[in-house]
Amino acid sequence: METIPTEHGLILAGILFVLGLIGVLTRRNIVFVLMSLEIMLNASGLAFIVAAARWGHAEGQIMFLMILTLAAAEVAVGLGLIIQMYRKFQTVDISVLSEMKG
Amino acid sequence: MQEFIWLLPTLPLLGFLSLAITGGSLPKRAVAAIGAGSIGAAFLVAALIAVEFLNSGEEVFVYQAWVWMSVGSFSPGFTFYLDGLSLVMMLIITGVGFLIHLYSTGFMFDDPSYSRFFSYMNLFVAAMLMLVLADNLVLLYLGWEGVGLCSYLLIGFWYENPANGYAARKAFVVTRVGDTSMAIGLFLLFRELGTLNIQDLMIAAQSEWQIGTGMAVACSLLLLGGAVGKSAQLPLQAWLPDAMAGPTPISALIHAATMVTAGVYLIARTHILFELAPSVQLLVAWVGLATLLMAGFTAMTQHDIKRILAYSTISQIGYMFLGLGVGAWSASVFHLMTHAFFKALLFLAAGTVIYSLHHEHDIFKMGGKRKQLPIAFASFMIGSLALAAFPFTSGYFSKDEILLAAYATGGAGVWLWAGGVLGAFLTGIYSFRLVFVVFFGASQGHHDEKEKTGFSMAAPLFILMMLSLLGGWIQIPVESVFNHGQLHEEHHVSALIHGIMIAVPLIGIAVSYLFFVSGALSVDKLMSYKFSKILHRFWFSGWAMDALYKYLLINPFMWLAKLNRNDFFDALYNSVISISRSAHGLVAKTQTGYLAWYLISMAAGLIAVLAVGVYL
Repeated sequence: METIPTEHGLILAGILFVLGLIGVLTRRNIVFVLMSLEIMLNASGLAFIVAAARWGHAEGQIMFLMILTLAAAEVAVGLGLIIQMYRKFQTVDISVLSEMKG
Repeated sequence: MQEFIWLLPTLPLLGFLSLAITGGSLPKRAVAAIGAGSIGAAFLVAALIAVEFLNSGEEVFVYQAWVWMSVGSFSPGFTFYLDGLSLVMMLIITGVGFLIHLYSTGFMFDDPSYSRFFSYMNLFVAAMLMLVLADNLVLLYLGWEGVGLCSYLLIGFWYENPANGYAARKAFVVTRVGDTSMAIGLFLLFRELGTLNIQDLMIAAQSEWQIGTGMAVACSLLLLGGAVGKSAQLPLQAWLPDAMAGPTPISALIHAATMVTAGVYLIARTHILFELAPSVQLLVAWVGLATLLMAGFTAMTQHDIKRILAYSTISQIGYMFLGLGVGAWSASVFHLMTHAFFKALLFLAAGTVIYSLHHEHDIFKMGGKRKQLPIAFASFMIGSLALAAFPFTSGYFSKDEILLAAYATGGAGVWLWAGGVLGAFLTGIYSFRLVFVVFFGASQGHHDEKEKTGFSMAAPLFILMMLSLLGGWIQIPVESVFNHGQLHEEHHVSALIHGIMIAVPLIGIAVSYLFFVSGALSVDKLMSYKFSKILHRFWFSGWAMDALYKYLLINPFMWLAKLNRNDFFDALYNSVISISRSAHGLVAKTQTGYLAWYLISMAAGLIAVLAVGVYL
């Protein structure tokens, strides 16, 4: 079976990660920030899979399962916070919420 | 009884504590009972101890209460050392002190701070007893500073008037100069001889130092500095006239009878050290002579009844220093005692005059008061006779001994003697100028006031009158302290010298009489010459010493203070504060509150760390 070279997988993971980071940095809607975070998490998960395939180890895949669980928990907490935030401030724009300044 | 010597400083200290803790809430009679009673009890104890000590035939009695501190070989204790010298001092302090306390119960009765007054007085007596009974110089220094503190507190007793506070600070700062010199002297003695126990120190000094060694000269000079400051001798005499701002009993107790003679006591106590440095001992004599003449001339020109007495005190302590300088130790201590009697009498009598005449201090506003104030008149008469060394009064014997000893040393001693005789002449003039102006002639105001003396004020005056008249016959038991087993040498001098010494004070009194009673000589006529006017102004200002200090010390100090208004060291510490404050501002700016900003800095930081990890 033709295997995908390791470099390709890692480059894809890197691109995904940077895309996610850019999303976190530039988005002002907190829902999109959360989604970008998910992309970053999945990018790191992909990197683990690629590494596991390269060395033929199972730990990478176990790590990916853990990241999935973590992301699910994170989304649950994050969405809960977002709802609270919306109730309190009537907005999902994070730049408005710069109360912890200085 | 002797082992109860620890009671001596303790009784007045208890009096102080009980008065200080109750803080003026006690009724005045109770305050008087505690204040004067504690000193009276101390006097009784002192008298019993004295009787037993003199009967025992021992020369020294040492009692250690406890060890104060113990650091290596250095362990000063609360140890009391009783010999002839401290016995005399202890009896003067408790005896004259009790009389003055008794007098104060009447004199200060109208004062709202009655309790505070007696608490300070008791503390003073406790500290003074500590000073004279101490067997080591550390304990002596404790008492030395204690009396200085009480002097400061009591000069500024009426603190509502800023001038009194100024006088108190002046006294404290000027004596501090001397105290610092003394402290350095103690350090030097300890470093050189390894002990501060006075007797061990004297023995060690005698065995280790040759006569005239540099170290002996340095140590005795430093101790002399302390003595000069406390005893108001040149050049640190400027504080005593201003110290008269305090209540009059204070002037009698602290600034005449006891504290100001502490310097004389110190030199007498360490006389072996001074004998090892003959040049310093001679300096003591010259300091005494210069001071007694300066103060004598100044006293002739003053108007304020208390300032005259203050300058006279400076002058009489000058005699004591003169005596110390020529090695007449016991004569000096003898003069210290008689001076305590007659000067306390004069001050208390002056207090009666001032009290009766509604706080009038200017002698030229009194006049002809001998019928109006009979007790004060009698006191002043007897006190001034003793002060002027009228034959067979107490002051005559003591001053005579000092001057004879000066004459007997030969060489420069003759000049010291001549200066001392000139001083006696001045003493005759100024003491009787005071008596004649206040009690003779026409009344100059205050015609109607009666003499205000209850029993408590009159009784001390009568006792002190007796002591001033007859105190010269008292034999003080100090021979064993000063003579070291040698026989006392009688001074044989010609009848001419004796005659001069008897006649000169009488001539002084006569001159004063011609000026102020008979009117044969006139002050106004004398003052019409330009030269005498300048001289009068010069003397009146105390030989312009205050002005000299102002230009020499105070003004340069103020200039420096002004120069350094923004304190250099403060600037150093303030800069630390302002640097950290601006750094704080800088860092606080990074806390923008924008999530994106934090993430960017996190990412940038991560990349930077990774880059460092990869490339280094």
